[in-house]
Amino acid sequence: MTSVPFSSDRADPNQVSRRPTGHGHAGVRTDGGPAPKRIVVGFGFWIFLLSDIIMFSAFFATYAVLVGETAGGPSGAELFDLRNAGIETACLLASSFTCGLASIAVGVRNRMWFYVAMAVTCLFGLAFLGLELKEFVSLVMRGAGPSRSAFLSAFFTLVGCHGLHVSAGILWLLTMMAQVFAKGFRADIERRILCFALFWHALDIIWVALFTVVYLMGAAR
Amino acid sequence: MSPGENQSLVPDSAPGDEQADSHGVGSAVLVYLIGLVLAIGLTATSFFVAGTDLVWAPSIPVALVVLAIAQMGVHLVFFLHITTGPDNTNNVMALAFGVLIVILLMTGSLWIMANLNHNMMPMDQLMRMQR
Repeated sequence: MTSVPFSSDRADPNQVSRRPTGHGHAGVRTDGGPAPKRIVVGFGFWIFLLSDIIMFSAFFATYAVLVGETAGGPSGAELFDLRNAGIETACLLASSFTCGLASIAVGVRNRMWFYVAMAVTCLFGLAFLGLELKEFVSLVMRGAGPSRSAFLSAFFTLVGCHGLHVSAGILWLLTMMAQVFAKGFRADIERRILCFALFWHALDIIWVALFTVVYLMGAAR
Repeated sequence: MSPGENQSLVPDSAPGDEQADSHGVGSAVLVYLIGLVLAIGLTATSFFVAGTDLVWAPSIPVALVVLAIAQMGVHLVFFLHITTGPDNTNNVMALAFGVLIVILLMTGSLWIMANLNHNMMPMDQLMRMQR
């Protein structure tokens, strides 16, 4: 019985571990060992983000099912202020852009631009949170708190969960600024910044679904 | 991707990694700038469509959903740098699975609950029967 030569195709059918070889002629893949840590970390965090999005989709489904159950209370069309939602969207979109600029600053090892871009991202994030908090307070003051109806419970759960994610993101952002200040652009710090940027952009994607489903459809209803 | 392709020697990229062919700060910023402009355009269109009388009212929710999905695509491509390249296969596969679960969860919940709602006796009649 002849032994089959070890084939990297067979051992790694999805080519999780392929790497540039630098030498060897084109078309022949040599087994380069495991993928660099940056790719493994980024991919793992990507899986986490997708599971987070799946969790949000459960809240979205809950909201969509309960949106009509106002129990005689106010509906979305009476409560939502589209101007406020528009400014919140602009803040989050701008912060996503400046977060991208911060990633570029990390790539070129420019501390000053990194701090500036992260600080602006932080300010836009805080502005978003402030506007959202203001809206929540005004809703509760008008007697439209989460205990008023199933619709409002679902609304506060969905929007509040996104707000909590943004709060956690701002804490993470400040931590990354402090870590770059204390430790510089070390490889591990850079991986954390990569994960943070992914997290922040993913929050913006969830907000796109949120302002469409909750605010725009609620107002158009 | 079939094995033996020359492209398969390209290293994987992590989600969020910028593409190797975008050299320099200028082109990197440009990618984010294009994404920002497209996202602003789609957002503005969404808000316009929601508040206007120019569009036939029953078509508004469909238009909003389409615009939102387009904007998510813009975010994925220009901000998260998810591409169709061979270095991104694993990221795209994970994304596709996530999208599948999200669609199952959303349509499944809405379908089942709408069906239950449809089959259930109206609440006032139910109350009258119990009396």
